[in-house]
Amino acid sequence: MMSQVLGWIDARFPLTKVWKEHLAEYYAPKNFNFWYYFGSLALLVLVLQLVTGIFLTMNYKPDARFAFASVEYIMRDVDFGWLIRYMHSTGASMFFMVVYLHMMRGILYGSYRQPRELLWILGMFIYLCLMAEAFFGYLLPWGQMSYWGAQVIVSLVDAISPELALWIRGDYVIADATLNRFFAFHVIAIPLILVVLVFLHIVALHQVGSNNPDGIEIKAKKDPVTHIPLDGIPFHPYYTVKDIVGVVGFLMVYFGIIFYAPEGGGFFLEENNFIPADPLKTPPHIAPVWYFTPFYAILRAIPQKQMGIAAMGLAVLVFFLLPWLDRGIVKSIRYRGALYRWALGAFVVAFLVLGYMGTLEPTVWYVNPVARVCTAVYFAFFLLMPIFTRLDRTRAVPDRVTT
Amino acid sequence: MDKLETDRTRRRLLIGTTSVVGGAGVVAMATPFVLSMFPSARAKAAGAPVEVDISKLEPGMMITQEWRGQPVWVVHRTPAMMEQLTKNAHLLSDPLSDKSDQPENCKNVYRAVPGHEPILVVVGICTHLGCSPTEKMRAGNDGGMGTDWPGGFLCPCHGSKYDLSARVFKGMPAPLNMRVPPHVYLGGNRLLVGADKKGG
Repeated sequence: MMSQVLGWIDARFPLTKVWKEHLAEYYAPKNFNFWYYFGSLALLVLVLQLVTGIFLTMNYKPDARFAFASVEYIMRDVDFGWLIRYMHSTGASMFFMVVYLHMMRGILYGSYRQPRELLWILGMFIYLCLMAEAFFGYLLPWGQMSYWGAQVIVSLVDAISPELALWIRGDYVIADATLNRFFAFHVIAIPLILVVLVFLHIVALHQVGSNNPDGIEIKAKKDPVTHIPLDGIPFHPYYTVKDIVGVVGFLMVYFGIIFYAPEGGGFFLEENNFIPADPLKTPPHIAPVWYFTPFYAILRAIPQKQMGIAAMGLAVLVFFLLPWLDRGIVKSIRYRGALYRWALGAFVVAFLVLGYMGTLEPTVWYVNPVARVCTAVYFAFFLLMPIFTRLDRTRAVPDRVTT
Repeated sequence: MDKLETDRTRRRLLIGTTSVVGGAGVVAMATPFVLSMFPSARAKAAGAPVEVDISKLEPGMMITQEWRGQPVWVVHRTPAMMEQLTKNAHLLSDPLSDKSDQPENCKNVYRAVPGHEPILVVVGICTHLGCSPTEKMRAGNDGGMGTDWPGGFLCPCHGSKYDLSARVFKGMPAPLNMRVPPHVYLGGNRLLVGADKKGG
C-alpha cells in the first residue's frame, strides 16, 4: 500500500529522487567536526524566527501610537506572549551568533575556495539580508533605541542622498510611515528573499558538495564500482543524527538565555528600548545591538563622515572578495603555515575588540584610538591576504581525509 | 514559410522588441510603487510652519518646539554668551557658516535674524548622524566639559561639540553647523518657524 502511494507520487513529483539526492544518497565527508553544526543550526533558527514571528504579528500593531504598548501587551497580557517574544528577540541574536561561527568555519577550512565561490557569495547575500531583517525588525518595538538607532542608520543614507533618505523614511523624520513600511519589509519582503536565498545556498552546496576540516575534495577519490566517494558517508542517517545532537545542545543554550537572561545583559535587548520612542530627545548613549557593533566602531573610528560610511560598507562587502583574495595552495588552516595563523588570529582579535569598542561611549578616551588600530588590522587582513597566503609555508595535504 | 526553417533574424528582432516593450512596461509599473514611498500628502501637510511664543523666554533659557517631527530649539542668549560667540572663530570648523545650511539673513556670527540677535532658532539635530545634542550652555566646567568650555551643545552619540550659535568645533565627527530653519518674527513676541516671510 505505502509503496503504491509512493509510486503514485513519484510518477507526478520526484519525491524519492529528491530524498535520495539530498539526504539518503548525498555523500558528505566523514570527518565533520563541531564547526559543522552551525549550518543546520542556522536553518533551525530561521524556522524558529519565522514561527515566532508569525505569532507575534497576531498581537503586534505597526502604528506609532500603539506599537510600543502592543509589545508590552504581548509581554504582560497575552498568554505565553513573553515566551514567544523572548524566543524571537533572543533568536535574532542567536541567528547572528550561529552565522558568525558558520562564516568562521568557512574561513578556517577554506570553504569559500574554488569550486565553492558561488556558495560563499550566496551565503554573503544571506548575511546582508539578515542584517536588513535585523535592522527593520529593531524599529518595531518603537522604543528609544529603536527610534534613534534607525535615525542614525537612515542618516547614513542622508549623507549620500537626502532624497533617498526621504524616500526610505516616507516622512521628514523617522515616523509612523517609516514604522509601517519597516514592518512590511520585516515580515514579508526580506523573509521571502531570505528563504529563497537559503534554498539557493543549499542547492549550490549540494552541487559542489561539502568541504571538510582537511580541505580535501572527497569527490577526487571514488569507489571504482559504486562511484561513491571513499571518504563520504550518506547525510542521512549519519549527519541528521549528529545534527540532532547539535540541536539539543543549542536549545539548552537558547532556552537558558530566554529563561534566565532574556535581555542578554543589555546586549540582546537594550535598556533604553524599554522607554517609548521620543523624537525630541536622544538617549544619552546610542549603541546598536552587539552583532552590528564591530561595523559601528569602524564608522565612529573614521573622523570624516563620508569616509566612515564608506569604510563601514567596505568592511562588510570585502567578505565577498575572499575567494579571490586567498592565494594559498591549501584550503584548510590545518595545513597552512604560521603566517596565515597569526594573520587570522589578529583579524579575529581585531573583530572582537571592535565589537566591544562599538558598545562603549565614544567619549571614553581610548575607544576611538583602539578602534582605529583594529580597523587598520581588519582591512590589512584582507588587503594583504594575496601576499601572505602566497608567502605562507604550507604543509603537505594528505591524500585522504584524516579522522 | 516554405520550409520548416527558423528565421533567426526575425526571431531575434521579435525577442528584442518584446524585451524592450516589456521592460518599458516594468519600469512604468514600478513608478507608482516607488513614488508611493515618498512622504504622503498628510505627511507634507504636517510639515507646515509652526508658531512659537517667546514672550516668556528669559535670557539664558532655551525651549524646544516640534516642527516636521524634529526638535527646533529657540535659545535666548545672554550678553556674556553673545560676547563669547565673537571670540570662538579660531575653534570652529565653519565659523562663517559658508558650507552650512541657514537662511541668507542668518549668515552671521550669531546665526540669527538681524534685529533679533540674541535669539537663536536652530534644528536641534546633529549634522553627523542625526542625534539630538544635549544642552551644555553654561561656560566652564559645567557638566564635565572642561574649564575652557565656551558654552554650547554636545552630541551624546559621537561627541560632536557645537558653540552657542550651533557652529561645530574643529576635529568633530559632524561636518557642518546645525541647520537654521527658515523663520520669521511676526511682531510682538511671536515667531513663525518653517516660513521665510509673514503669512507663510
